Amino acid sequence: MKGLITLLKQFKNGLITENPTFVLLLGMCPTLATTTSIKNGIGMGLSATVVLTMSNLFISVLRKAIPKKIRIASYIVIISAFVTTVEMLLNAYFPDLAKQLGIFIPLIVVNCIILARAEAFASKNPVLPSIIDGLSMGLGFTMALGILGFIREILGNGTLFDFSLFGGNFNPATVMILPPGGFLTLGCVLGVINYLKDEGRRRKS
Amino acid sequence: MENKLQVSTSPHIWGGISVAKVMQYVILALMPAAIMSVYYFGFRSLLVMLVAVGSSVLFEYLWCKLTKRENTIGDYSAAVTGLILAMNLPPTIPYYMVVVGSFVAIVVAKEFFGGLGHNFINPALAGRAFLMASWLSEMTKWAQPRTRLPLFGKVDTISQVTPLAQLKAGEAVDISYLEMFFGNVGGCIGETCAAALLIGGLFLIYKRIITPIIPFTYIATVGLMSYIFSPSGFFKGDPWANILSGGLFLAAFFMATDYVTSPSTFKGQFIMGIFMGVITVIIRVYGGYPEGASYAVMLMNILTPLVEKATMPRIYGTKKQAGGKAQ
Repeated sequence: MKGLITLLKQFKNGLITENPTFVLLLGMCPTLATTTSIKNGIGMGLSATVVLTMSNLFISVLRKAIPKKIRIASYIVIISAFVTTVEMLLNAYFPDLAKQLGIFIPLIVVNCIILARAEAFASKNPVLPSIIDGLSMGLGFTMALGILGFIREILGNGTLFDFSLFGGNFNPATVMILPPGGFLTLGCVLGVINYLKDEGRRRKS
Repeated sequence: MENKLQVSTSPHIWGGISVAKVMQYVILALMPAAIMSVYYFGFRSLLVMLVAVGSSVLFEYLWCKLTKRENTIGDYSAAVTGLILAMNLPPTIPYYMVVVGSFVAIVVAKEFFGGLGHNFINPALAGRAFLMASWLSEMTKWAQPRTRLPLFGKVDTISQVTPLAQLKAGEAVDISYLEMFFGNVGGCIGETCAAALLIGGLFLIYKRIITPIIPFTYIATVGLMSYIFSPSGFFKGDPWANILSGGLFLAAFFMATDYVTSPSTFKGQFIMGIFMGVITVIIRVYGGYPEGASYAVMLMNILTPLVEKATMPRIYGTKKQAGGKAQ
């Protein structure tokens, strides 16, 4: 029972308390580049989640076998194996999404969230917590990308999941799905989150 | 005797002028151009200006309310931002876009960074850049001067080839320099009448609100560069058409001279003027857009801290630093 509570706490940690995008500010490049629509954002997030969970699992299993001096190289080999798998699966089953995400799928190999969790967590913890960590961090990443994609798709394209929301009279602000819109949205969302955190702290004290 | 010694922080000598006063002078200096735009583009341009100023002041007021800060609309800086933003918009623009532009200028570019004095970029230009990237077709719908534009509702396309578009295509400009000087061409609300902008700019220089270095080095560099580089080959450009067209005068006198985002050192202002001229001509001749003045100002806004650091004068009595080290 106690173990379960720890695992749940850990899950919440990855999803909210230490959300990789909004709190740790890791993986900014895919965050800015792939959130042009909610579908792309969630697609990217889920791909990263699969890679993160699987690589955390394997790194945790092999953590005693990997020599300290070449650990980063070993992590990259494990991670890239799963990235290649995910890329092939996406190409086979979701060709449109794969085309949209393009280079950012292979680039998951060097995504700093995945490497950070491998180094900071999976290499020091047993298998089950490592899986939970990968899953929760991945879902936290997915959630963040979904939120950004949601805002940017509505403002920049007037659609949600490619479904037109406002009819023909709405003239969307194209800049929101261009790179500057990514920075603007991320900055505003981070500002709101930090404001809410401060408020929460103030109320507690 | 002891009571007469006051200890305070610098500045110790104060010119007796306030932010509000400076901003009022800027508004006054913009009036000739505003009146000429109403003459050329009718009351629609007046309404665009009123919407921009009104919404800018309103956003500033609401932001101060929301963040529980001292209200800063009394320093007129929001009104100036709104007015300059409106002058950078075409007269045919839908009003809601003007409001969006004011929001980006005041809230995103100015208040998010800490309000007046802390913005890293000219707020009005940030608003304009946002609108350009969002609604390019509405932002480049120029109207023929002296036509009657409907006050409300959608303006039908009365697109007019601007001198800048002709320059870009390497064609000869079919409007005389005199007409361009007096603003009888299509363009943004406040940018067409170079004469009115010149009067306003000279007034500001006379009143010592701005220094003449940035505007004149900027305009001179554009003239020289546009003579050397042109779409039809080297040393074949038309410097007068380049100087008189587009938003050059508006940018040079009213936007590049913004205290917050331009260097305060003498050398730095030279550097800013020359660099802006070079960037403007590069964009006009080789870039994707016909006009580059606003982007040139914004790029140099971003570089201003570096320029200031590089041109910081030696403190009196200190030794010259070897190797150009700061301090």
